[in-house]
Amino acid sequence: MPPINNLDDAKTVLETVLLSTSEPLTLNELKRVFEDELNADFLRIALEELRQEWQGKGVELTLVADGWRFQTKPDYQHYVDRLNPEKPPKYSRAVLETLSIIAYRQPVTRGDIEEIRGVTVNSQIVKTLEDRGWIEVVGHKEVPGRPALFATTKQFLSDLGLRALSELPALPEMAKETLFAELPEAGE
Amino acid sequence: MIEAEQQELDVAPPVARVLGQDWSDLPQDLYIPPDALEVILDAFEGPLDLLLWLIRRNNINVLDIPMADLTRQYVEYVELMRKHRLELAADYLVMAATLIEIKSRMLLPRPEKVEEGEELDPRAELVRRLLEYEQMKRAAQNLDGVPLLGRDFQMVTVYLDRLAVKRLPQVSTDDLMAAWADILKRAKMNTHHKIGRQELSVREHMSRILKTLQEIGHALFTELFPHEAGRPELVVTFLALLELTRERLVDLTQTEPFAPIYASLAHAADQQPG
Repeated sequence: MPPINNLDDAKTVLETVLLSTSEPLTLNELKRVFEDELNADFLRIALEELRQEWQGKGVELTLVADGWRFQTKPDYQHYVDRLNPEKPPKYSRAVLETLSIIAYRQPVTRGDIEEIRGVTVNSQIVKTLEDRGWIEVVGHKEVPGRPALFATTKQFLSDLGLRALSELPALPEMAKETLFAELPEAGE
Repeated sequence: MIEAEQQELDVAPPVARVLGQDWSDLPQDLYIPPDALEVILDAFEGPLDLLLWLIRRNNINVLDIPMADLTRQYVEYVELMRKHRLELAADYLVMAATLIEIKSRMLLPRPEKVEEGEELDPRAELVRRLLEYEQMKRAAQNLDGVPLLGRDFQMVTVYLDRLAVKRLPQVSTDDLMAAWADILKRAKMNTHHKIGRQELSVREHMSRILKTLQEIGHALFTELFPHEAGRPELVVTFLALLELTRERLVDLTQTEPFAPIYASLAHAADQQPG
């Protein structure tokens, strides 16, 4: 195999390996494909050009937390679903609320989640999210009982098509700063 | 079903279907048929959720909660809930206690100033929790709106038949030869060792030895063993010699250790000293 040194060949190789793996590939993994003979900047340019070439198709090249991958565009999911009419199950509000608290307030303990939701956290909810690979225990809080601290995983971000936590939808504004100022005189 | 019901409640104007009858709005006095309440209560995610719903339903500003009304309504709900699903009620009862505590604190005269100069409203903590919960509740809805792998889009992978690219071991002709040699070696070890029955008579060999000695008088012990004989025949010859010696028909003599052994007829030997 002659070494690859031009952009077009590199793009073809990148396209091939990205399409033939089922997991996102990081830049380092992609460098290994070229036996580390191409530098990261060169690969970034190649990937960016490749991404642009695929624009206008039903499939796009994206960078998520776990690396680069090809994925279908949400606009076409409707058609994809017709081939497989079985709808994925929906998560309950309890699961989604627990997930948001972990996502936005991480790292949090079970107690923190209970404090915000006002109800006991069902173990099944935590297990559901762990089984999905979306949350993990990242440590223990140094308080009596050493409760586990939960955080979201890279896979959680990747599954939402995100690169980093900062790309999560912004928290809704709750006008907290005016909270105390606006409290009118007590008494009924 | 329950989830759908709750989602409907969330949007204004609320539409609930109770016993086949549509409710376009909730009555102002918050009277709800007990059956309907059962369904609605099931849909709440906890006391904060219920409280928030009551506040939104009554169009109350979260920041300005009339504690008496809210507490009364809340306790009514909890009471109903308790009748039906006792195990659900614990968290809700804690909230009821909190509400009543806040209400009673508000009835008491408050100190003019708390440290820091901030006036502390007994409702502040509840308001903080309600707002925080509502924020997370809405964040959860927003999060659910983010396109999700598997639901809203798919990973794209070209199907590769992994068998086609599977690495297969290399085989050289030398390997084949070595393998064949091994087979032969093993086959050899597996051949049967047949033991044939050979009729050999000690008596017959005794006669043969006696006859030989008759002819030549005496012989070297080793000469009495036929050269072409197999192991069984040698053993029988040896046994025959021992037997002849025991019966004193043959004498075996050796002049000194490791010297040749001679066999001779017994009477010949007898005659020697005589």
